[in-house]
Amino acid sequence: MKQSLRVFFVGGYISYRALFGFLSLWIFIPTLILTPIFQILLFAYIGRAAGVRSDEFYVIGNAIQYASVPCLFAMTQTISEERFWQTLGPILISPARRMPIFLGRALPVIANGLFVAAFSLFVGGLILGVRLDGSEWARLIPVLLIAAFSCTGLGLITAGIGLRVRETAVLSNVFVGLLLIFSGANVALSSLPNWMASIARGLPLTHSIEAARDVAAGASLHAVRGLLGKELAIGIVYTVIGFALVRYFEWQSRRLATLERV
Amino acid sequence: MSAARVVWSGFMMNLKMVGTSSFFLLTSVVQPVIFATVAFYMFKSGGRSGTLLYAALGAGMMGVWSTTLFGCGGIIQWQRWQGTLELGVGAPPSMALVYFPFTLANAFTGMYALAATLVWGRVFFGVPLHLVHPWLFVLALPATVISLGLMGLLLASSFILYRYANAMSNLLEYPVWVASGLIFSTSLLPGWSRPISWCLPPYWGILAIRHAALGGEVWGPLGMVVVLGIASLVLSVFTFGIFETRARARATLSLT
Repeated sequence: MKQSLRVFFVGGYISYRALFGFLSLWIFIPTLILTPIFQILLFAYIGRAAGVRSDEFYVIGNAIQYASVPCLFAMTQTISEERFWQTLGPILISPARRMPIFLGRALPVIANGLFVAAFSLFVGGLILGVRLDGSEWARLIPVLLIAAFSCTGLGLITAGIGLRVRETAVLSNVFVGLLLIFSGANVALSSLPNWMASIARGLPLTHSIEAARDVAAGASLHAVRGLLGKELAIGIVYTVIGFALVRYFEWQSRRLATLERV
Repeated sequence: MSAARVVWSGFMMNLKMVGTSSFFLLTSVVQPVIFATVAFYMFKSGGRSGTLLYAALGAGMMGVWSTTLFGCGGIIQWQRWQGTLELGVGAPPSMALVYFPFTLANAFTGMYALAATLVWGRVFFGVPLHLVHPWLFVLALPATVISLGLMGLLLASSFILYRYANAMSNLLEYPVWVASGLIFSTSLLPGWSRPISWCLPPYWGILAIRHAALGGEVWGPLGMVVVLGIASLVLSVFTFGIFETRARARATLSLT
């Protein structure tokens, strides 16, 4: 048990540090600090040009949607990069249990997703004059945390697929793009065709974005518990599927001798 | 004559390379279609369906810029990874001439983006493809693409010194989309940002393309596209020389 916890926390932490070239700020700042601010500005200005919705709608929607970038890319790359550097084999032949190995990598990813969403929300709001007081922030943080968790579940799925396909960056980009369309970050579900809205309700972030908008409008956490419950359930389902995929493709890659094919 | 051969060979070579890259396919086709879809729904829900061609052109230009940007960031980085950067620097032609056709090919690939968003808009959103000045559109599009390629050359030269050129590419994607007003009018932006927009070829490029498609004065923006393209070329010849010498002096040319 102690060893599993050590693998979970220490392994996850080291893997995350390696992901950013030992936490190089030259990668972290442009990609995860500045870009989300400009994404918020882009869609807020398109929103103004289109004459639809307020700046608050786009600040909240895009800040949470951008959490998908660290959650999807980081989660996928913590596994696929091991393959690239030929270290996946030694990890998989170790006697450590798979669950702490792979889920341990998800923990810092979730924390990072939370940070990126909160920072983007704060700075984007500051620039566009969207004011959130302390009590609203206190209620928003759990919403952002659940959003980061559910999106990391999707990241675990792409990580599993990443054991089979080479172009994981392309795959993650496609999912980020789909979340941009479907999650309601920029287009309210009521403005999407029914079939798209139905898909959106099964994706991560959709319910948390809606909950965050409600909270920013003054709703209590109790009032949005239904939305948060659905988001949490979606996150758990995606995490379970993702973990199963990782195990399945690990087994497949052993069988087909494709584990270290890059 | 040999310069023309370098340009042609480099252009064709890189066109084949990016043509087989799924990442470029994503940047030049899938991503613009995603942005176009979001913009279409935003304009439709705002009751401004008449502006869908405007959105399609803007989303297409976003793709042209992304392809140029990632291509230019990638030129140096990929050559470093492949171990061919020193060969390019050591070749008799100037470094600017060696890498100009690469950036041109990247920007050319970006034209797929415009084609993709227009076809997507037509098929799925019924966007009318009636162009007010079709011949000027045909002129404005390649002029903009070449100008963006030349701006990409300028960026690529500065990336020689930068170890994380790809991260820098990420940083420059959205700000240029915003400052150039590719899907909205720059009149919505704060007044202080206006001079920044004027320095960007995509700003004048989208104006020329938009006016050619939807009506308006084309020659003025087109002239600015050409002027900024030439300025980028001249500057990049200098910067390539300076940054190349500095990278060689510091022995950081092949730093990965």
